Amino acid sequence: MESVTKQIADWRLATGRFGQRKVFDLAAVSVRELNQYLHKELPENSLPTVVVNNPDGAHSIAAGMNALVDIEINGHVGYYVAGMNKHARIVVNGNAGPGAAENMMSGLVRVRGFASTSAGASARGGLLVIEGDASLRCGISLKGADIVVGGSVGSFSAFMAQAGRMVICDGAGDALGDSLYEAVIYVRGEVKSLGADAQFEPTTDTDRAVVAELLAVAGFKHDPSEFRRVASARKLYHWNAEAGQEY
Amino acid sequence: MSERMTISPGQTPSGLSLESSSTFDRSVIDYVQRASATGLYEIRGLGAKRRLPHFDDLVFLGASLSRYPLEGYREKCSTKTLLGTRFATKPIELAIPITIAGMSFGALSANVKEALGRAATEMGTSTTTGDGGMTPEERNSSKTLVYQCLPSRYGFDPDDVRRADAIEIVIGQGAKPGGGGMLLGQKVNPRVAKMRTLPEGVDQRSASRHPDWTGPDDLAIKIRELREITDWEKPIYVKVGATRVFNDVKLAVHSGADVVVVDGMQGGTAATQTVFIEHVGIPTLAALRQAVDALEDLNMRGKVQLIISGGIRSGADVAKAIAMGADAVSIGQGILFSLGCNSHTYVQDGRHVDAVSDYHALGTAPGFCHHCHTGRCPVGVTTQDAKLELRLQPEVGAKRVRNYLKTLNMELTTIARACGKQDVHHLEREDLVALTVEAAAMANIPLAGTSWVPGRV
Repeated sequence: MESVTKQIADWRLATGRFGQRKVFDLAAVSVRELNQYLHKELPENSLPTVVVNNPDGAHSIAAGMNALVDIEINGHVGYYVAGMNKHARIVVNGNAGPGAAENMMSGLVRVRGFASTSAGASARGGLLVIEGDASLRCGISLKGADIVVGGSVGSFSAFMAQAGRMVICDGAGDALGDSLYEAVIYVRGEVKSLGADAQFEPTTDTDRAVVAELLAVAGFKHDPSEFRRVASARKLYHWNAEAGQEY
Repeated sequence: MSERMTISPGQTPSGLSLESSSTFDRSVIDYVQRASATGLYEIRGLGAKRRLPHFDDLVFLGASLSRYPLEGYREKCSTKTLLGTRFATKPIELAIPITIAGMSFGALSANVKEALGRAATEMGTSTTTGDGGMTPEERNSSKTLVYQCLPSRYGFDPDDVRRADAIEIVIGQGAKPGGGGMLLGQKVNPRVAKMRTLPEGVDQRSASRHPDWTGPDDLAIKIRELREITDWEKPIYVKVGATRVFNDVKLAVHSGADVVVVDGMQGGTAATQTVFIEHVGIPTLAALRQAVDALEDLNMRGKVQLIISGGIRSGADVAKAIAMGADAVSIGQGILFSLGCNSHTYVQDGRHVDAVSDYHALGTAPGFCHHCHTGRCPVGVTTQDAKLELRLQPEVGAKRVRNYLKTLNMELTTIARACGKQDVHHLEREDLVALTVEAAAMANIPLAGTSWVPGRV
């Protein structure tokens, strides 16, 4: 929880201070030029809000960010938008292709539309908000980030998720949370099936507080008590490599 | 594995029938009975132990009357090796074509990683991270460090991507093509667990597929993403375990790799099922030829570099691999043996200390140990145990690995000069012949003393 609170403070910093806008029209300039600017040419002080127009499904937009900067993308993006993001606050006013915010370390990525497969894959920190639905394998190999999905998630979501939290405001497909480690899933709607070693667990006040905070940050108005908790039964953690049943 | 016993007719107690079976020999009977007792497959370290067609089955045709040799001790023979010249703006220049293969912190101790970095830096070559992230010990000691991007993405960090000298996308490894990593609980100590975001002591079985892409078309986009993140500076390698090598190498090239790494079935592992190690994948010799064929078919030889690994042991192996068309080799197990793996002793402050009883405690002996998976390495190489890891002192390890690499490089240039080459990369297939029909067929090289290449019409 501490991480989310800290991020909110960071975003205030990012949004409150700077008023300028730097516009990139991807109909006229390449993703390479955009990313080069974002990686190497951002002014040291008074960071602008970077606006990206006409993304037209381009891949790797704002991948590899390492600065506390606001980026607004107007349109649909391809693969790996905000890949490996660190610090930046990135909003996609459209749908996102596979691997949105994959391996994110910190910051905020918000997809206003739908997200394709593997959204937030292996993300280690920060918050990914998908306002629409997310496709297959959302939060696969999650390693500490938080994901809030306004709609539903596809099958194999949170597969092998190791740490972090996923809040799903609607339902989930098959094999939710298969081979979970310590990540926790909160789901409001119907779950088609749970994956191996995933189980429903009773919710506590702490769980409801977590859900309430993540919903508030993400901007969704649901009753936290409507969410069920899915976590690991931890039966796959150890496997009998010592051949203990030998007689 | 039970010891094979030979009973000569004179020793046979009279009246006993001792006809052994070729199908169910003593080792097979032992395997069946172990499986019956435990209900679990055997897991072990290192690579395929079965006999396979290999570089030993090739020899060089040195210079003679029809070819002109170089003076072995006087004339220069370059070993400089460039990797990643296709797209990267900062390709890698190595002093020798022998690199250190990806072996994780987790499988190996931090001391070992530091030793490897120091040795590689002294020799002007590279080390590779492995599955489990980049340690400061390794980054600080290794001048040229290749950072692996694996299916598990344990500890994968954009700052480390930016700190790396090259990125290697691992599709698979020769010991277990189609399988993910494995690190048993006894090696998942607090530091390893934290780096991998795993509970301490968990039996870690990593993913076998990447989480955010599927298939070669996606891989092309993934490579572009890594290029964007690194501002197109760093070479991107793609590593495959040797299976359908001809197609896989072509797909890796189409996906935009700067360098393709092909790991044959003799390649090692820290822990995998024996059935996987011995029965999945193809030998390095066959894999290398197919990889070179693929590059030639695409007219990409020299544009996309090829690194071969899996059972490279000596300077002769390196020379043969280069002559067959590799640009460099990568060594894992040879490096472990160099560090003292399977040695009777370990070195502490200049003194040899006997480790035999510790091998026995593991149920093995020096020369036979493949118990990397237990984390109880008697010589402190493949361990995370606080006491055992002290048995490998970084300066001792660094010196041994440096000496080993130096020896390999001297052997390599000895052969190259004998073949009349001023540059080891001028070694060519025409310099080689095969000693067995199998090797001739796999390597596409004539059987010695003939002009016959099996399968060539």
